[in-house]
Amino acid sequence: MPENNSTGKFSRRKFVKGFGATVAGAVVLNPSIPKLTKSLQKKIKISEKIKLNFNLNGKNVSTDIYPYNTLLEVLRKNMRLTGTKKTCNNGECGGCTVIVNKQAIYSCHILAMDIDGKDVLTIEGIGDMHAGEVIRKAFKDMDGLQCGFCTPGQVMSAYALLLNNKKPSLDEVKTAMSGNLCRCGAYHNISASVIEASNKL
Amino acid sequence: MTRKLIKSVINIENKEHEFIGEVSLLEQETWSKNDTLKIIGKEISRIDAVDKISGTASYTSDINLPGQLYGKFLRSPYPSAKILKIDLSKANALKGVKHILTYENTAKYKWYYETSFLLDPIVRYEGDEVAFVAAESEEIAEEALKLISIDYAKLPFVVDTEKASTEKNIKVHNWGNIVEPSEYKRGNIEAGFADADFTIEDEFRTSVVLHNPTEPHCSVVNWDNDELVIYDSTQAVYQIRELAANALGIEQEKVRVIKKYMGGGFGSKLDLGKYTIAAAIVSRELKKPVKVVLDRKEQNLCVGNRPDSIQKFKVGIKKEGLLTALQLNSMGTVGAFPEGAGLSWPAKTMYKCPNLLVNEKSILTNAGAARAFRAPGHVQGIFGLESLMDECAAKLNMNPLEFRLKNYTEVDPVSNQPYTSKKLKEAYKKAADLIGWEDWKAAGSSKSVNRIGLGMASQIWWGGGGPPAHANIKLDKKGNITIYSGTQDLGTGTYTFIAMVASEVLQIPIERFNVVIGDTKLCPYAPVSGGSMTAPSVSPAVRDAAERLKEKLIDTAAILFDEEKNSIKYSNGFCINSDGSKKISLSEIACHLNEQDLLIKGSRNENPKGYAINTFGAQFAKVEVDTLTGKVKVLKISASYDIGRVLNKLTLDNQIRGGIIMGLGYALMEERIIDENFGKVLTTNLHTYKIPTMMDIPEIVIEIASDYDPMISNTGVKGVGEPAIIPTAAAIANAVNNALGVRIKSLPITPDKVLNALYVSK
Repeated sequence: MPENNSTGKFSRRKFVKGFGATVAGAVVLNPSIPKLTKSLQKKIKISEKIKLNFNLNGKNVSTDIYPYNTLLEVLRKNMRLTGTKKTCNNGECGGCTVIVNKQAIYSCHILAMDIDGKDVLTIEGIGDMHAGEVIRKAFKDMDGLQCGFCTPGQVMSAYALLLNNKKPSLDEVKTAMSGNLCRCGAYHNISASVIEASNKL
Repeated sequence: MTRKLIKSVINIENKEHEFIGEVSLLEQETWSKNDTLKIIGKEISRIDAVDKISGTASYTSDINLPGQLYGKFLRSPYPSAKILKIDLSKANALKGVKHILTYENTAKYKWYYETSFLLDPIVRYEGDEVAFVAAESEEIAEEALKLISIDYAKLPFVVDTEKASTEKNIKVHNWGNIVEPSEYKRGNIEAGFADADFTIEDEFRTSVVLHNPTEPHCSVVNWDNDELVIYDSTQAVYQIRELAANALGIEQEKVRVIKKYMGGGFGSKLDLGKYTIAAAIVSRELKKPVKVVLDRKEQNLCVGNRPDSIQKFKVGIKKEGLLTALQLNSMGTVGAFPEGAGLSWPAKTMYKCPNLLVNEKSILTNAGAARAFRAPGHVQGIFGLESLMDECAAKLNMNPLEFRLKNYTEVDPVSNQPYTSKKLKEAYKKAADLIGWEDWKAAGSSKSVNRIGLGMASQIWWGGGGPPAHANIKLDKKGNITIYSGTQDLGTGTYTFIAMVASEVLQIPIERFNVVIGDTKLCPYAPVSGGSMTAPSVSPAVRDAAERLKEKLIDTAAILFDEEKNSIKYSNGFCINSDGSKKISLSEIACHLNEQDLLIKGSRNENPKGYAINTFGAQFAKVEVDTLTGKVKVLKISASYDIGRVLNKLTLDNQIRGGIIMGLGYALMEERIIDENFGKVLTTNLHTYKIPTMMDIPEIVIEIASDYDPMISNTGVKGVGEPAIIPTAAAIANAVNNALGVRIKSLPITPDKVLNALYVSK
């Protein structure tokens, strides 16, 4: 798909341009997003909790969820990881970006049961890794933030980009990061942070 | 005597506030230029950066208290209606629903300057609060909203500003649709026009725009015995304390407001939320914490916006370029409740113009109420005024910058007072050089498909800050230093500059300081974070506190060394005696003091009397317009400012760029759209309401024209948050006109407007 950039994540503007408003929800149809496993499909009843097993930040975890819960809700409520932010809850701003099987996704826009058996990496999970540390230091040094609320999402998008493209050009950075809105407008410093991190990695 | 009480007036977000407060007598001289300082003015990383970047920073919406309930408002689907009947039976029967407030079971808490109530049987806009549900989970609360049955009698409504201004039959409130019309006169307007060689009449329009901070408005409240604790995403902890106490009829001392981090505000978080008080009422009744987080749609309907504007100008000019008269009739909608849509301060104060007549009206419509939005009035007003100034220059075949310099004023035209500092001429020069203004050609010189244009605009704002603003500094026995101030960090770098100022004075590393802000119980009073007044108000108080601590350390060392205090030298956290034989560190002095903590209060001084305090600046824009698609691409913005002293160059540049990007959104894409047939807002999410992304940003270059303000305080800092956004849209609009030779007179400048203007001009 042409709108699927090198990170595997949709650029918001490109996406909107290409498909128009009616299919905005289709962000979750990104081919990187896993299918519902058969074992889960059998069990589902909307009012009953189901058990979800996945790998969260390198650890296998298990939690009871409702089928309608989004990954964002499960991260924030069940797992008590509030670093992933709920900003638009509509797949428009990137504030809730996490990494599922090495691809950046909007966690507000995917049902939690769809990540059964998958690897989920959140902002809390990248600190121990070399790349995460380098990216975080770059954001600090280049002041790639203001209020900081969109920042975990920005950092996760940067992480996903650099995972798949070690030396992105500025244009590639802009495209990859354009699905992460920053109302404070720290964009120049955010892109500088990503470039700085790629130079240090 | 080191302090005194004063009565003074301060301008916050375009409104004057009188206060009585304590000030520090200005005992320290303003620091010299930044190149003589060690920390101030340098590029210093935020001290809260790691917390924010690693996701550990706890914002209000991240706070969860044990046993908390979740609150949700049922909101009116209609722009105007009367509630006839409320049936809660189904909702109350839902398991997990704990309480539902409606106007029928809730006391009449006055709201919107006593024109309405917390819950009112009349709803006046789509989104107006109808009922408040508290439940065990967010999902249950949402489900309960669907089970509440309301019978509405729909009423006629009006959502168009102009229509509402003349509408006789449809009234938003029974007293009418016009709020406090105001008039301002200077000189003799008729004589001014008679004196002119040319007059120009024109009209400019701007749209309603929405703040859209990333963190939605939210509160978590809990009663701790009789003390109400409010965690709030707010720009104003002390103001929320006062407003919440007043709303609930309790003492301010019984309310504690806490805000550590917030996801943006831009003015929309200066007011008390209905959600906060509804949560407090339920929390008091059920003795449980209540959390309310608005969603994006609610945020775009209910918690503020920038009024639109219709600005009708008539201007008189002499052949040689002097303004002789300026007349402005303006109106803008403030939504369904009284607020101000005034925008005339730039017209009154930007240029020397002896004769002025201004008439302004704020218009009620059936839409969400306006709130202060980053430089309220000035962003709209500068767009109109600076578009007009370009037209004047074009009429005289004059360079737009030259025209502005001809009308430059050295005194505030309203008060006739001199400025404490004004380096606008220097700012013009720097910003012009940075954009390559020498290449400027008259509008419409290019006939190619993609046309390049250059434009400029000036900026004026207040931003001098003032008292009362306090900071406490505490040295504990281990030598740790903590600074407390009841101010806020909106992402503007407040935490960091506070530590920097103290570090500069005490000559010890910035890492040694803890900064505690945004808590009314721990911190002394500081003003709201609005009006670009945080840094200019708080930084002098911090310096005052740190200097007093330094004095105290020297006094103590003098006793310990048994020497005169005048002979003690303070250097890098050590006190050294006269011959250099004895040296004692700050931590050691702390151990010797027979006090558990040494707590010292610092305060902001009074502003000098008889002077106007303003910020000034200019932005120049270079754009490319595609005449086939009508799309405007901003290539470059240069900006230069007189904002007094730079505290932190790293965060300053970031903040200025952010203001410019928000201004770019205002110029080219942002607009709240209401369907006039149904009175419903069509742009309630970030998909339909466009804000700039990383793909939209131009190159931005910034140079600061000022060293420091020599008169206002011991730090000489003026504010920058609002100045950053003020001139951007006007500069872009003027550049678009320069590219096309056709002026787009309404914002946003969307491709359809460009194509229409080109078509009409053919």
